[in-house]
Amino acid sequence: MAMNGVLRPGHVALRVLDLEESIHFYKNVLGLVETGRDAQGRVYFKAWDERDHNSVLIRQADRAGLDFVGFKVDSVATLAKLEQDLNAYGVATARIAAGEMLETGERVRFTLPTGHEFELYAEKSDVGNGQAYVNPEAWIPAAENGIAPIRLDHMLLYGPDIEKAQAILQDVLGFYLVEHIVLEDGQTDLAIWLSTSIKAHDIAFVRHPEPGKLHHVSFLLDSWEKVLRAADLMSINRVSIDIGPTRHGVTRGTTIYAFDPSGNRFETFCGGYQSYPDWKPITWTMEDVGRGVFYHDRKLNETFLTVVT
Amino acid sequence: MALFTVTITDSGESYRCSSSQTVLAGMENLGRRGIPVGCRGGGCGVCRIEVLSGSYTSRAMSREHVSEADQAAGRVLACRIYPTSDLQLRVLGLMKKKLCA
Repeated sequence: MAMNGVLRPGHVALRVLDLEESIHFYKNVLGLVETGRDAQGRVYFKAWDERDHNSVLIRQADRAGLDFVGFKVDSVATLAKLEQDLNAYGVATARIAAGEMLETGERVRFTLPTGHEFELYAEKSDVGNGQAYVNPEAWIPAAENGIAPIRLDHMLLYGPDIEKAQAILQDVLGFYLVEHIVLEDGQTDLAIWLSTSIKAHDIAFVRHPEPGKLHHVSFLLDSWEKVLRAADLMSINRVSIDIGPTRHGVTRGTTIYAFDPSGNRFETFCGGYQSYPDWKPITWTMEDVGRGVFYHDRKLNETFLTVVT
Repeated sequence: MALFTVTITDSGESYRCSSSQTVLAGMENLGRRGIPVGCRGGGCGVCRIEVLSGSYTSRAMSREHVSEADQAAGRVLACRIYPTSDLQLRVLGLMKKKLCA
């Protein structure tokens, strides 16, 4: 449930090194539904239970990583208001025409201080979840095709100046801080988890010297058992696993971190508590950072702070 | 499928690696160490090595970490090369601790 005009993460656009291999991965292994291909060569997918036309775009490139992320807002009026508010806050924005992305309305794009391209949009075609809006079933065969997440859930981005990104997202767009990891100085955040809803996080950031980096894109599953099923499917399909199945202390979510065929990390995630904007943020200190990030191992793995695309 | 000997000259360690698996996967499969392991998909650059001798085939790897000149000189990602002979290599990638305040 959204708490303000910014509803949810709506799309991520990723670069891949081999398009055909990646289409196979996203469609048959992760188990998203392919919904289109555009003249730029981008391939569009959505999770089976999502209703809007797309949530994941991939394109062939000579380097892996993230092109941009987009959040859906509740109306065209909200989009115009947030654009004005961003400009008044000193954030330069650009409009991207409706239709530049398939079945997607006009987008307002700006660059976060962390170096990430961030978009807002209000309109994307409702293609449904494969079911009627009258008298639907509980699920459909697509719910068992591959890992088959329910939705794009959140993303963790790495870059400098995370407090400046936090300020824009909180002060202008209405996000709130749910949890954070504070460095030894007791003041500077290593990592922040922000929500624009009652989810434990809609977006998160880790402080990192290189701008614009992707740590992971997270996809929601509806049970721990499905996280374990995802682990089996990863081994069946020889998917590179980073860590898991395990649990995070932060958000309490159960998780696997793994990599797409180009090394873009993704997460298959379940749970996490529900949060409210009037709640006090939870603080983790560096002396317990291992338990905060990986609750069972109780230590950071070698790749957590170093492996990004 | 053929088996070849991969030698990590930094440590002198060697292991047998199949032509059907990457140099990195061959090392990991046997529980050996020496080359840092990252995404295993050619994207993150953590497993960068220099092949000092021997031949291999390779798959696409991120230009952010391996330029064309690098690739021509044998500076490649261990997760994207398959041995076609015995190989001698040295490790270039470091697990840089990028934690910064």
